[in-house]
Amino acid sequence: MSRKSEIRNPKSEVRSTDISGFGFRHSGFRRRATYRLVCYLALLAAAAGCRRDMFHQPISKPLETSDFFQDNHMASRPLVPQTVARGHLNEDSVFYTGMIGTNLVETLPFPITREVLERGRERFDIYCSPCHGRTGEGNGMIVQRGFPPPPSYHIERLRTAPVGHLFDVPTRGYGVMYSYAQRVETADRWAIAAYIRVLQKSRNAKLANVPEGQRAQLEETN
Amino acid sequence: MAQIFGKSSNSIARATLVGGFFGVFAFFGLVYLVYCSPYTTDQYVPREQEVPFSHQHHVAGLGLDCRYCHTSVEKSSFAGIPPTETCMTCHSKVWTDAPMLAPERQSLARSQPVHWTRVNDLPDFVFFNHSIHVQKGIGCSTCHGQVNEMPLTWKAHSLFMRWCLDCHEAPQRYLRPKDQIFSMDWTEPPDQLQRGETLIKEYHISKQRLEQLRDCSMCHR
Repeated sequence: MSRKSEIRNPKSEVRSTDISGFGFRHSGFRRRATYRLVCYLALLAAAAGCRRDMFHQPISKPLETSDFFQDNHMASRPLVPQTVARGHLNEDSVFYTGMIGTNLVETLPFPITREVLERGRERFDIYCSPCHGRTGEGNGMIVQRGFPPPPSYHIERLRTAPVGHLFDVPTRGYGVMYSYAQRVETADRWAIAAYIRVLQKSRNAKLANVPEGQRAQLEETN
Repeated sequence: MAQIFGKSSNSIARATLVGGFFGVFAFFGLVYLVYCSPYTTDQYVPREQEVPFSHQHHVAGLGLDCRYCHTSVEKSSFAGIPPTETCMTCHSKVWTDAPMLAPERQSLARSQPVHWTRVNDLPDFVFFNHSIHVQKGIGCSTCHGQVNEMPLTWKAHSLFMRWCLDCHEAPQRYLRPKDQIFSMDWTEPPDQLQRGETLIKEYHISKQRLEQLRDCSMCHR
C-alpha cells in the first residue's frame, strides 16, 4: 500500500492491521481522535511551511542565485548587447574620460569647492590610501604587505601631469592597478583627482602662496 | 474491601495538578528559549564560506574602510557584496598562490561569481534600506557588531522585530555623529541620550518621522 492511499483512507488501514499497539480496532472514538490529531499536526506542519514561504518569497534580491535565467543563474542580469543602461549614456566625454580627443584635460570639469575637496579626501582615504598612503607617498598598508609600491604623488612627473591623468588612472587602471570605475562614481574620481592636487601642493607650498593677510597668523601657529 | 489508593495518592494528585499547571508554562517557556537561542537565530554562529574571508584581518589588520568593498551602502538599499575584481585588486599580487583563494582565481578565470553564504538574511516581508540608516546616524557596528573581530563573519543580533523596534522607538540611544558611522571603535558616550537628541535635530529627523518609525508600514510595506 502506498503512502498516499494510507492518508486518504485511514480506516481500511486500521482495520487490516493494528501494528501501533494503541488499540485502534477497539474504539471508534479513539480512531477519530487520532485522525483529528494527525490532521492538526499536518496543519501545524503546513503552517511552518507558510512561515518559510513568507520568509523566502519568490522575489529576486540583488546578487541572489536564480534558476529563472539559464545563462548565469543569477537574479542580476548582464547588459543586453548594443544597449545603454538608463543613466549611463555618458555623453559628456570630458567628464567621463578626462580627455579631449586623445589629450588629457588640464582642468577639472566642474568648479573646485571646499565640499568637493572634502569629498575627495574622504573617498581618497577609503579607496586610494590602502596602497598610496594617506599622504600619497605610495607606502600604504597593502604595499607594506607586499603589493608593488606605486610612485609617490610628489615626484616631478606626477606633479606636472595634467589633472586628467589623475582622473584617467583610477578610471581605466594603470599598470598593476585595477580600474576603480565600478567602485567610485565619476564625480568622486574627479574629487579624488582634485584632492591629490591638494596633497601635492601641501608638500610644495611657499609662504608666498599664503594670502598676505594670513601670513602672520600662520607664523603664530608655528 | 481494600483501599485502591494509598495515602500517598493525595500528595501525588496535588503534585500532578500543580505540576501540570506549571508544566504548561515551563513547556512554553522552554519553546520560547529555544526560539530565541542561537540554535534557531544563528546569532554568534560563524558561517562557513567558500573562501574563508576574515573581516578581522582586512578591517582590523589592514585598516580597510567598510566602503572599500561594500560600495553601495551609502546610496542603495543593498550594501553590496564585492565582485571578484575587488578581491583581485590586491590578490592579483598578494597571496597569489594561497590555496584558500583558489575559488577567487577560478571565479576570475571563468567569469563566474564566488558563492557567498548570506549571514544576515531578513525575511522577505521586511523592507530594509541600508542607505537611510547610514545617512541618518546609525553606524555599521550598531547592527553588525564588532565585525573587525570576526575571523569568519557571524550574525551579531537576532534580527527579531523586537530588536529593530528597540531602536525605532528611541533612536537617540544609538545615533552617532556623521564621521563615526563607519568607525569600529565608536563607543556610547556617557551622555548618549542628550547627544542623541541633538543628533536627531542635526540629521533633520522630524517629530512626525519619529512617530512614523513605529508604524507597521514603515518596514512592512
